[in-house]
Amino acid sequence: MIEASELTKTFRDKQRGEVRAVDAVSFRVEVGQIYGLLGANGAGKTTVLRMLATLLRPTSGRATVAGHDVVTGASAVRAKVGFLAASTALYGRLTARETLTYFGRLNGLGDAEIAARTARLAEELDMQDFLDRRCEQFSTGMKQKTSIARTLIHDPSVMIFDEPTLGLDLMAARTIVKFVRECRGRGKAVIYSTHIMSEVEKLCDVIGIIHDGRLLAEGTLAQLRQRYGERELEEIFVKAVGANAPRGASA
Amino acid sequence: MNFKNIFTIYTKELRDMLRDRRTLISMVVIPTLAMPALFAVVMAVAFRIQSEVATTLPTIMILGGDDSATMATALRAHAGYRVLPTSDNWRQLIADKQLRAVVAVPAGFEAAVQRGESAEIKIYYYEGEVRSDRAVREVRGFINGERAKIVAARLAAHGLGPAAIRPIEIRAENVAPPEKVGGNLIGGIIPYFFLLMAFSGAMYPAMDLTAGEKERGTMATLLCSPVGRIDIVLGKFFMILTASLGTVTFSLLSLGATFSVGGAFVAQRIAGTSPGTSTRAADKFAEMTSLDPGGLLAVVVMVLPMVVLFAAVLFAISLFAKSFKEAQSYVSPLVVVIVLPGVIGLLPGVELNVRLALVPILNVSLASKELVSGVWHWDLLALIFASTCVYAALALGAAVKMFNREDVIFRM
Repeated sequence: MIEASELTKTFRDKQRGEVRAVDAVSFRVEVGQIYGLLGANGAGKTTVLRMLATLLRPTSGRATVAGHDVVTGASAVRAKVGFLAASTALYGRLTARETLTYFGRLNGLGDAEIAARTARLAEELDMQDFLDRRCEQFSTGMKQKTSIARTLIHDPSVMIFDEPTLGLDLMAARTIVKFVRECRGRGKAVIYSTHIMSEVEKLCDVIGIIHDGRLLAEGTLAQLRQRYGERELEEIFVKAVGANAPRGASA
Repeated sequence: MNFKNIFTIYTKELRDMLRDRRTLISMVVIPTLAMPALFAVVMAVAFRIQSEVATTLPTIMILGGDDSATMATALRAHAGYRVLPTSDNWRQLIADKQLRAVVAVPAGFEAAVQRGESAEIKIYYYEGEVRSDRAVREVRGFINGERAKIVAARLAAHGLGPAAIRPIEIRAENVAPPEKVGGNLIGGIIPYFFLLMAFSGAMYPAMDLTAGEKERGTMATLLCSPVGRIDIVLGKFFMILTASLGTVTFSLLSLGATFSVGGAFVAQRIAGTSPGTSTRAADKFAEMTSLDPGGLLAVVVMVLPMVVLFAAVLFAISLFAKSFKEAQSYVSPLVVVIVLPGVIGLLPGVELNVRLALVPILNVSLASKELVSGVWHWDLLALIFASTCVYAALALGAAVKMFNREDVIFRM
């Protein structure tokens, strides 16, 4: 599971001075649960997820992932996490199989185990036809499947998805959504960031609305509907953001 | 540090790079072809000019000499040039390179010589022009011969031998071994060529493995794995080093092949084109290209830490860039940084000392010049090797530090 408490990240920007990209964000994601982090571009979603994946160090506050602290146990956290983002691309000159072998080895797996897992993932994701072709020749859908297999090769207990459907066509996006649901089915703790309302409605057990680095509202879809008196998530989002007067122009 | 992870990353990068046509071009094709191509072009041009100069006689014109028939006739009869009919616009003809030299015999030349006085013959020519220089050489040679005859006759008239006016003879003899001479001539160029190859070999992979990965989005994928940052840096660094050393190796092999095949060919050509005078030229060429093989090996050893330094510096700089293109704009000006000390090292008179031994690139360039000419300054060599190792370690440390900075890694 994931636990973040008062997680804060500030950046120094030449023009804007000190920028609080994430401001005291706290939340919990349980095992077998999908937590949706909903926010506009620049709201701080990616920064939160990068801190959870130990790619960035929190300025203050703390977070644990699968029982390990993201600062003191960064390596242990990464071994338990599968991270999939629009920005996590594949090596074009490696084949899908070589990609899985590479990341399997980096996760400390033996070659026999990697071969067995590759065979299983290829079957589950229907990848057999292109397993030995180079990624640079892949369609978007093939790339997505290979990326998914890459995040699963070490069987992580926590999955972090950072706008994974960004720029994908409908069919490729559906593959991702189906896969995220399966992760929950397999008892993984999942955190999913997006700005697409329909994905959140379809997928998420708990929704956190993030704006300007702050977590403004949190709850199940039913709880949020009740609190804001709206049925549509879009209306709820606008009300939640509007009620908390922005500190400046929305980023 | 986990050696297994470093090895995993290294082998993956190696496989990736070997599948990249651009790397193969910069690592294998260019270093292999550069030297023979350069050699062939330079030699072809040199031969063309030389054979042209050797086969076509330079043209001269003789002014005056109407009252000095013996001298004028002998001057005309000399075989080293072709005499054109006298014309007034000879200055223009020299400038237009249609005439190579003009010999002016003053009025009353032979009468003055008869009286035992000194007379002046003037030569007009085009300085720095090969054919003009040759014409002057021929005329001078002929006049010197005539002068010697007159001097001998005058001395004989006084009952003296040639030793009377040359009481002291000077004879300079070269005792430097042929490698030393060759080393001075081309020894400076060879290590310099290695350094340039090492740098250019490291350049492309350094940019591709850092800024290129950031641009393509694979850096974030790699950083998500539980591998330590230092393992990633070292795995990538060893790959850059491999590419750099590969480039040096290919250029070294190509250099060896060019000099042994091309050198023999050139010596043969020299001996074949103009027999007689050419044995000296062939010897001179053999002298120029003979290098101390042990020294050459030592040059490679001296260049090694330099290659490490290049790889680490290029890694750190390229890592800072957001994209391959940005990395190129940072790295390209660095070529000047390599070229400058190298050129200073090539200047005659710049010799290795303790202070220069601490200046990166220049130190290796100077030391290499001495090594290929068979001079071993062990203390300075040790100082250079050690200081370059220290610089390389510092640069590698900086690269690791850069890799741990999230504002560098996620600089978008």
